[in-house]
Amino acid sequence: MDPHGTFGALSYDVGHLLGTGVLVLSFLLLYQRRMGAVIHTYAAQAVVLAAAALWQAIVQDSWHLLVTAIIALGAKGIAIPLALNAIVRRLNIHRSIENAMGIYTTMALGALLVALSIMVVLPTTLQAQALTREDLALALSVVLLGLLMMISRRTALTQVIGFMSLENGLILAAVGVAGMPLVVELSVAVLVMVAAVVFGVFFFRIREQFDSLDVTHLDRVGGLQR
Amino acid sequence: MIGELASLPGAVPLVCIVAALALAAIPSWRVGGWVNFAAAAVAFAFACFLPWNLGSGQLLLVDRLSAHISILTAFVGMTTAWFSRFYVAAELAAGRIDPPRLRQYHALFQLFLGFMLLALLSNNLGVTWVAMEAATIAAVLVVGLPRTESAVEASWKFFILCAVGIALALFGTIVLYLAALPVLGPGLPAMSWTGLAQAAARCRAPLLNLAFVFLLIGYGTKAGLAPLHAWMPDAHAEGPTPVSAVLAGSILNVALLIIVRVKGLLLRNAEAIAPGPPLMALGLLSVLFAAFALWRRRDVKRFFAFSTIEQSGIAAFAFGLGGPAAMFAGLLHMTLHTLAKAAVFQCVGRAAQIRGGQTFADITGLVASHRALGLTLAAGIVAVAGLPPFGLFTSEFLVAMETARHLPWLMVPLGLGLVVGGWALAARLIALCFGDPGSARSIPAFGGAFALLPAWIHLALVVGIGLAMPAALAAWFTAASRLP
Repeated sequence: MDPHGTFGALSYDVGHLLGTGVLVLSFLLLYQRRMGAVIHTYAAQAVVLAAAALWQAIVQDSWHLLVTAIIALGAKGIAIPLALNAIVRRLNIHRSIENAMGIYTTMALGALLVALSIMVVLPTTLQAQALTREDLALALSVVLLGLLMMISRRTALTQVIGFMSLENGLILAAVGVAGMPLVVELSVAVLVMVAAVVFGVFFFRIREQFDSLDVTHLDRVGGLQR
Repeated sequence: MIGELASLPGAVPLVCIVAALALAAIPSWRVGGWVNFAAAAVAFAFACFLPWNLGSGQLLLVDRLSAHISILTAFVGMTTAWFSRFYVAAELAAGRIDPPRLRQYHALFQLFLGFMLLALLSNNLGVTWVAMEAATIAAVLVVGLPRTESAVEASWKFFILCAVGIALALFGTIVLYLAALPVLGPGLPAMSWTGLAQAAARCRAPLLNLAFVFLLIGYGTKAGLAPLHAWMPDAHAEGPTPVSAVLAGSILNVALLIIVRVKGLLLRNAEAIAPGPPLMALGLLSVLFAAFALWRRRDVKRFFAFSTIEQSGIAAFAFGLGGPAAMFAGLLHMTLHTLAKAAVFQCVGRAAQIRGGQTFADITGLVASHRALGLTLAAGIVAVAGLPPFGLFTSEFLVAMETARHLPWLMVPLGLGLVVGGWALAARLIALCFGDPGSARSIPAFGGAFALLPAWIHLALVVGIGLAMPAALAAWFTAASRLP
């Protein structure tokens, strides 16, 4: 087995640490109560993901992963959180978020999902590199936790963040697999999709806002003049 | 790799994508409508030569199956572009859409068609995934175009559900690559259908299983299989009919093709799970669920969306059953259903415009008020219900025969679904077409018989194939349905 791919080697330890960091931030996302905190946690996850991609670029000596890292940092870590913050400010939806499930239930389900993905992935990947195996298990956990967040949160914006966190899991899986072609192209495509979601929310909410503004505002003005 | 797009198979999707860019720059919606039709016709003409250009490269794969579905998709794209010219004129007159949005509409029409064709003809799983994703985004944007409250909501639901589905498909793609990695080594071959097909027997079976589950769920969402179908009724009902209902019907075929290919990979590996039963289970569930759900629908477009779920379920069931005869029946069913349902949705879209509403209360007694439209719709519904003389009777009969031969006890649920679903269609047929038009409003429609021309051609094909399939065509279906 590859000496770089086992426990104790620096390349493995750091890669594992960063992958776990992404997973821990997924858990943090599950119980944040305020909209701002959710966005910041998501940004932090994207930054850790960027670090993981950068580390894989160094370890695998495949420098195209650098582009993936830059996309994760620039777009998901900085630009999208800023845009989301602007949306939150503009639509004034700072208030705490309604959960469809209690926090303890959500966390327990999250832990179960992680156990499930480890039980599914580790036995099926016995011959693959240890780092690949564990990265895949971590990535699947992040994907499932993202799905859980989409189910357990009620607002459109938190659903979008759940979806984007799910996408982070996919990128984590893609960079962890040695020599995977088209990772950069795939991460660009994912970014386009994420951007479409963000702007979808933006227009969706704005539209809602305008509709209500339109009707009530006109009504109110008419009432005052009468 | 990109250079392959310069070949004839590459030209099929490329024409549409280039046309999309051109259409984005054409301000006149009349010119846009004609360019839209011309581009789809050129794509169809190119697609007709695909059977003589079989082969594979790093980017493209043309085998009989993908050539067949590409021809079908491009044909429906062409006829729908013709129909769309009259449809958008009526929408514009009704004020539901404005010229700038029509420009977006035409560009997105070609983008959607082009990326569907690319997904069909791609040899690379990554490219297939990107093309499916791009087609999904284009469809979502089209569904949201009317900017009514319900259209925005439908496009939102469409987007979230399909985005999750397609995300899971990407995970499956990564796992599939990981499964082939030890055999094929790093690089493009381990992500290509042809490379995977050669190496599948030596791939790690547990990883293949894992990949299959994710790809089935991911692309199964796009195929509208229950319980992953929730986006479809909304998307079919709310967007502009030519794209959101007629063309969107074709994306089911693309998704089913990908699932069939993945199933083929698992069949080559002796240690992998049998891929047929999960596919059959999803298919059967879709048939049963949709057959009963049909009875409760009030909206005509939603009603036919549920019927599409049922038909997609029948095709998936046949593909899951496997064996030459069942694959033949599944492919035949998929082809004929696409043609018949496109005709039905074209009629329904027109009827909804004429009556200014799309519930069963709005659309009644069409034959009395609009004879040609009513009779065409009636013929379309008879075809979709699987009644003779239309070809869907043949294909459903073949599926049932194969089921009875291999798994007789499954005839009970399958037969129940087919009968209940067909009955629901027949019951609605009477109200829609032969009832009393009452005091229903009637807004003049554009185009007259010209707008119905595509529906007539589709239905004539469905009858022709049902009554007397030429030997050459039968041989083509047999060859195409053999697992690639």
